[in-house]
Order: sequence, then structure tokens, then C-alpha cells
Amino acid sequence: MSSNKDSISRTIIVAVVLCVVCSVVVSAAAVMLRPMQQFNMDQDRKSNILRAAGIVDPSKTVDELFEQITTRIVDLQTGQFTEEFIPEAENFQRAANDASMSRSLSRSEDIASIKRQPLKMPIYIVEADDGSIEKLILPVHGYGLWSTMYGFLALEGDLNTVAGLGFYEHAETPGLGGEIDNPSWRESWVGKQIFSPDDKSTPALRVIRGSVDTSARGAEHRIDGLAGATLTANGVTHMIQFWLGDAGFGPLLANLREASQSGDASIVESDDDADDVLEVDEV
Amino acid sequence: MSNTKEIVITPLFKNNPIALQVLGVCSALAVTTNMNNAVVMTLAVVFVASLSGMFISIIRHQIPSNIRIIVQMTIIASLVIVVDQVLKAVVYDVSKQLSVFVGLIITNCIILGRAEAFAMKNPPLPSFIDGVGNGLGYGVVLIFVAFFRELFGSGTLFGYEILPLVTNGGWYYSNGMMLLPPSAFFLIGIMIWLIRTKYPEQVEAPDFVIAPNTRKEAV
Repeated sequence: MSSNKDSISRTIIVAVVLCVVCSVVVSAAAVMLRPMQQFNMDQDRKSNILRAAGIVDPSKTVDELFEQITTRIVDLQTGQFTEEFIPEAENFQRAANDASMSRSLSRSEDIASIKRQPLKMPIYIVEADDGSIEKLILPVHGYGLWSTMYGFLALEGDLNTVAGLGFYEHAETPGLGGEIDNPSWRESWVGKQIFSPDDKSTPALRVIRGSVDTSARGAEHRIDGLAGATLTANGVTHMIQFWLGDAGFGPLLANLREASQSGDASIVESDDDADDVLEVDEV
Repeated sequence: MSNTKEIVITPLFKNNPIALQVLGVCSALAVTTNMNNAVVMTLAVVFVASLSGMFISIIRHQIPSNIRIIVQMTIIASLVIVVDQVLKAVVYDVSKQLSVFVGLIITNCIILGRAEAFAMKNPPLPSFIDGVGNGLGYGVVLIFVAFFRELFGSGTLFGYEILPLVTNGGWYYSNGMMLLPPSAFFLIGIMIWLIRTKYPEQVEAPDFVIAPNTRKEAV
């Protein structure tokens, strides 16, 4: 029996049968669990967006809360919404690795150290009843001390006041840089001003070392530092400077500002096909 | 039946895979920052170790010895992928934190070690039980380490606040080192010390003897 067991034909038969059985088991598990995993990832992304915007209501499900949010895709270069809703663009982490969907950044541009930037980014809008923007939620990311930090920055309808900030993925030192997740630090962002009144293209907001003297001039542009985490805090500052500057969402903010000044609150509604595509997509 | 009990109990302390055999330490450093992760990781390892032992034992007379290790790895890897997929579908938050370490169960020396040393020579049921015992032995260490790391590092257990942190308005200054991997080394070291005090027969003969201290200067 044992000599037979080690024959070449027997070895090949055992190997083939084993591989077939194992691959059936693995693919069955992957295929059957796929919808649940997709659902979880979706819920996770949505709850991160809601958390950043400060929309928390334990009595409602994530999906119910998310109903008030409109997803749009922005062409970063022009600052215009794209005509169609492009589902792939929502996964901008993957888009950043795809040469056709991203561009590489020059050294001088790349203050957030992200190397490649997607050409199109998703943004999330909470609309007020009259169709104007109540909150604008922007995905932002930048390099901290150890890792790329991914988060969402929520702005109020004036496109200048911070409504909230939340990170959903990073690997900064627990207890030091990891304190970017600390609720009380995140709370300190609320109400801060991104831009100074006379310069609407360069963000003035930065994380400083030590704590902010609230009576000093410009205190509305300063965030308390994180003790022992200067480099992470610098990374957060660079991230804000990059994504709210000209290379990031600057053109979009300029367009939106212009639209709201000219009284055209309907920029969000400007192309109806986009909404249709979105709805079809969600069905 | 006392034999069964022995197979489960021995790996917990007497023949603990981490403490005595010093296998699978790498993942023990990474996933023990909180109790939730440690418990889920333990369950995953128990699942993989017991089922891989059972399946390998069932086909142990068919496995050609030339491709023995490959066959074992294929079975283990398939089970690990299944576990990983299930975790992603059921406890997404935990699976995000465990990230690659679920996948790395494949390379966990405990599982391949038990497959080769036990499952290849024993019938399916004892192999299954041996897997459960070794998985739990691994888990005991994980949970011991995670208990102290979470309690002193974050002031919580299973996410519930035990020691209110200064940053949240309490009185406890968290020990940041507990959240970093090196602290697990210290804790595993202390645990090995405790176990070897209880079971002195585990103490290994020193590799070299330290020379007695003499007051004479080198000539």
C-alpha cells in the first residue's frame, strides 16, 4: 500500500483532487459571502461619512441617515461635477493606482506626500430644503508619520467653516499620533475657519504645536497640537493645505462659491441625468 | 475519555504552544492590543487548527509523502481563506483590525506543527481535539496578554471603560507602551516565567554557564 501511495500517478491524482475540492470550497465561500461583505464595506464607508459630518442618530440606521446625502463626482482639474455618476470613481484609493484615472504629482505640488492623485473624486453633499448646500463632505488623505491617513472633512454651507473631521484609516502610533481619532480633539475642529477672509485660495488652517491661545489673532485658523505627535499633526496640516488648495478641491470650492453668490443655489441640481444614474445604481 | 481531556488540557499550560514550544509569537504581538481582537483571533485559530487536523487525519493514508507538506498547507490555506471571508462578512470591524493577521494564520507554526506531528499519525477525532486544545493554548496566551495591554494601555476591557483616562476627564494616565508590540514581549516573558515556576520540569538547561564573578582583574 505504501509503495503504491507514493507512485507518481497516485501523487498527481491526490494533488488534483485536493486542489479541486479546496478551490470549490474557497470559491463557494467567497461567492456566497460577497454580498454581505459588500454591504459591510458600504455601511462602513457611509458611517464614516456621517461621523465626519457629525450626523449621528442611534435610533436610525446608517442607510436611513445616508438618504439625506447626495454623492457627486468631481473633476478636480475643472472643479465641475461630472455629467455622469461614475461608480468606479468612488473607490478613489484604487483609482490612485490606475494610470488612466490618476496623475502623478510633482515634488513641489505634493505637499501631502500622496504621490498620485485621482483625477476624479467623490464628494458628499447634505442639501438644505431649498436645494442649497448645508454640508459638504470631502474625502481627504495625506501622509502622517507612518502611514497615509484617510479621512473625511465636512464643511458648513459657507464652504469655510469646519463642521467635522474624521479619519477611517491610518496606522499612526497609538496614544500619540493615533490621538487624531480622539473625540475631544476632533471636536476642537468644529467651527474653525479654513480660509482667511482676504485669501480664498490658500487654506490658512493649520495644526500648531501646543494649545491655541483663543484670544490671539487668527485663533480661528489654529488647531491644538497633539502632544508627542508633531509629525502626524504636520501631516494633517499638509493634508488640509493640499486638498483645500488649488490642486485639490480649490476649483470646486471656487465654483460653488460663485454659484451661491450669483444666487444660483441649484448648482447641485444642475444636471438631472446624474441623479438618475445614481438612483438606478442604488436600486 | 480521560485521554481526550488530556489532549485538550495539556496544551493549555503544560505544553503551551507559545510558552513552551515558543511557536506563533509574531501574531501574538500584533493582535493583542485589545480583548476583542484576541478573542476573535483565538476562535479563528481554534477553527483552523481543529478542522485542518481533522481533514488531514482523514486523508492521512492517502497523502503521498513527497507532497505531504504541500497537501497540509493547501488544506490549511483553504480553511484560513474561508475564515477570513466569514469574518469580513460577519464582524467587519474586527476583521479590519486583524487585517493581514488572519491571513497569516496560514504561516502560524502551531497549525502546521500540529498537522505534521499529530494529525498525520492519529485518527480524525483525536486530531480534531488536539487542534482545539492547541488553538486554545494559543488563545490563553493571547487573552492573558490582551487583558493587560488593553487594561493598562487603553483603560478598557472589551471596549468598556474600567480605568477612566485623563484624556477623557478621568484620572488614569494610559501606558502608551502597552499599545506597542514590545510590551507583548514582556508580558509573554512574565507568563513563561509564571508557568515555569509552576512546572519546573519545563525549565531548559542553560546553553552556557555564566562564570562566577571574581574580583581579580584581567591579566
